[in-house]
Amino acid sequence: MKKLMLGNEAIARGAYEAGVRVATAYPGTPSTEITEFAAKYDEIYAEWSPNEKVALEVAIGASFAGARAMAAMKHVGLNVAADPLFTVSYTGVNAGLVVIVADDPGMHSSQNEQDSRYYARAAQIPMLEPADSQEALDFVKLAFELSEKYDTPVLIRLTTRVAHSQSIVTLGQRADIPLKEYKKLPEKNVMMPAMARKRHVEVEKRMKALARAASDLWINRIEMGDTSIGIIASGIAYQYAKEALPNASFLKLGMVNPLPQRLIESFAGKVKKLYVVEELEPVLEEQIKSWGIAITGKEIFPVQGELSANMIAEKIAGRAVDVRPAENLPPRPPVMCPGCPHRGIYYVMQKLRLHATGDIGCYTLGALPPLKAIDTCVCMGASIGMAHGMEKARGRDFSQRLVAVIGDSTFIHSGITGLIDVVYNRGASTVVILDNSTTGMTGHQDHPGTGRTLKGEAVPPINLVNLIRAIGIRHVRVVDPFELEDVEKALREETQREEPSVIIAQRPCALLSREVKAPVSIDEDICRHCGVCLHLGCPAIEKKIQGMHINHTLCNGCGLCLKVCKFGAIRRAGE
Amino acid sequence: MNTRSILIVGVGGQGTLLASRVLGNLFVDLGYDVKISEVHGMAQRGGSVVTHVRYGTKVYSPLIEPGTADILLAFEKMEALRWIHFLKPDGRAIINSQEIEPMSVIMGTYEYPKDLEGRILKACAGTVFFDALSVAQELGNVRVANTALIGVLARLMDVAPEAWEKAIKAVVPPKTVDINLKAFRRGYNLEVS
Repeated sequence: MKKLMLGNEAIARGAYEAGVRVATAYPGTPSTEITEFAAKYDEIYAEWSPNEKVALEVAIGASFAGARAMAAMKHVGLNVAADPLFTVSYTGVNAGLVVIVADDPGMHSSQNEQDSRYYARAAQIPMLEPADSQEALDFVKLAFELSEKYDTPVLIRLTTRVAHSQSIVTLGQRADIPLKEYKKLPEKNVMMPAMARKRHVEVEKRMKALARAASDLWINRIEMGDTSIGIIASGIAYQYAKEALPNASFLKLGMVNPLPQRLIESFAGKVKKLYVVEELEPVLEEQIKSWGIAITGKEIFPVQGELSANMIAEKIAGRAVDVRPAENLPPRPPVMCPGCPHRGIYYVMQKLRLHATGDIGCYTLGALPPLKAIDTCVCMGASIGMAHGMEKARGRDFSQRLVAVIGDSTFIHSGITGLIDVVYNRGASTVVILDNSTTGMTGHQDHPGTGRTLKGEAVPPINLVNLIRAIGIRHVRVVDPFELEDVEKALREETQREEPSVIIAQRPCALLSREVKAPVSIDEDICRHCGVCLHLGCPAIEKKIQGMHINHTLCNGCGLCLKVCKFGAIRRAGE
Repeated sequence: MNTRSILIVGVGGQGTLLASRVLGNLFVDLGYDVKISEVHGMAQRGGSVVTHVRYGTKVYSPLIEPGTADILLAFEKMEALRWIHFLKPDGRAIINSQEIEPMSVIMGTYEYPKDLEGRILKACAGTVFFDALSVAQELGNVRVANTALIGVLARLMDVAPEAWEKAIKAVVPPKTVDINLKAFRRGYNLEVS
């Protein structure tokens, strides 16, 4: 059967067909849908783990216990999971273990564009890179075979354009893979120094064997065409190059670590001029050059952002496409939705002129005008540690005008340890947890605080207040972010305390809330055009020549603007 | 057949992903190779969004390059102009007349551009403007504006309307099939040259 499938769905399908029993992840664009689709198969146990490190550890446990297992994450998630990754490279596996990592060249939804292929090299782990959905499905199945044959975890690298592109796949049957026997093998699975030293030797042997086998692996293939131009490429870069120069000769790499040296040398000998087309870092290029092969790559292609077919045609064939220049128009960056609960907190923070260390989620959008509510965004959980660091650097006077802002899912991911640090090291930070009862930015995934699992089972939700009290924080209060007076009182009082405190701003994400309220309107006779409502940064409130106007196709009736209008000019229909 | 390209643009939340799902279903059904590229995540929150749809005998890149799109399907007028340079010289544009102000305009930093229609026609003479939102409002559900726009697109393409209707049925929620088909017909019956 043929079906149009998202690259991420094809990864999940590949896992299903490969007999995977356990799939784990923490949501992160562009990897999120992999595990959502995996969860739809009854045969696969799938979970949202609190973070990527735990996700990988669960998958390692499942593999050791004899079940094929997969963990999926975005590129920065692999940083969080790097600790287990580097050591599971030493232990190897029992049943197959595959780690999917989705890079984001061009940073469509990320804070950096690091190249995960370096992880494969640094951790000595084979890495496959599919170029479309069919390959995504096929490569997952191959990855499990390689994992068991070579006793190694296998990485599969996606990029946004493969993860989030749909193309046609042919579906197969699920393989019947029985649980492998579980044996206690301390020399293999207990990585204390004496054992690890021996395992490192095995890792080197394994990578050499894989490198030898790579030249005959079916996913590394030569497509001879016009021999004046030879192109080495993998993943989406192969598709762009093929689009730009369909008649050139290609060496398409399906495995990007280790590289098939013999095949590359043979291809280099067959073409007149050799190019390597790769997005981000010169990972292939530097290795190929180290073998004394003349090849052109980053001399003509950028290391930042995405490549494109037009760019490749121009740089290699000198064929510039005549394109009309883009029009100069007002930018339209993403914004917080109408009715977003974060807006209330940010409005008050701006009013009180507080500094704020921020974190990763929809609420990062609060850095943009008009709210301009947060000062920083580095990584998951960073807001709390950074607020503590700012206090230690600049003293208590400064930190009384500072809060850390973090979402509920992000707090559970890696905010808890930061908060423990504040308590332990006698800080007095105030942390605001924006609890919208979901993982919002990635498209509403459950987490330990929502009371539901990825498989849809009801579970007792983590009680944040009890958790925070247990850490040793005495001042925890829960507010509704739309009750602006309560929010202001809480922020004023808690930031003045000479001990750490937490404010939990609780209100469900506007896109989840089933509550439908009538939209509100501005009475033009009463409105004084003061513009205070515009400071909310609500996309439904527009500034027209004749005054403020509320767009009813966007307004969700949350009523926050009613509360900030000093003249009572905003009213709900029918009131 | 050479690869053909349809670029779908709009503002996050307008339902552009549904339009691309309908097209994907249609082209698979017609036996083409198909690739569709969309961006999820952060861009969906009211930002400028774009979906690339490509079909033909064999499709390599899932992305449409500037200057190469056959058709631009725009859900918002300013977004139409933002992406119009993706059209090839004889490309066609189908544009929903709706205007949505971005935050930069709401705050008064920029003005929403005047004479958008004139600028669009200058860049693409073969543009069809269509007030899909009004059609959807008349039918009683603003969410079917996208199927009405698909109707106009169908009018410009050489595919039987029944094939489109089959694709729409396969994609929209079962309860909304009737109203979506009505909206499609309203778009399809638009007189365009």
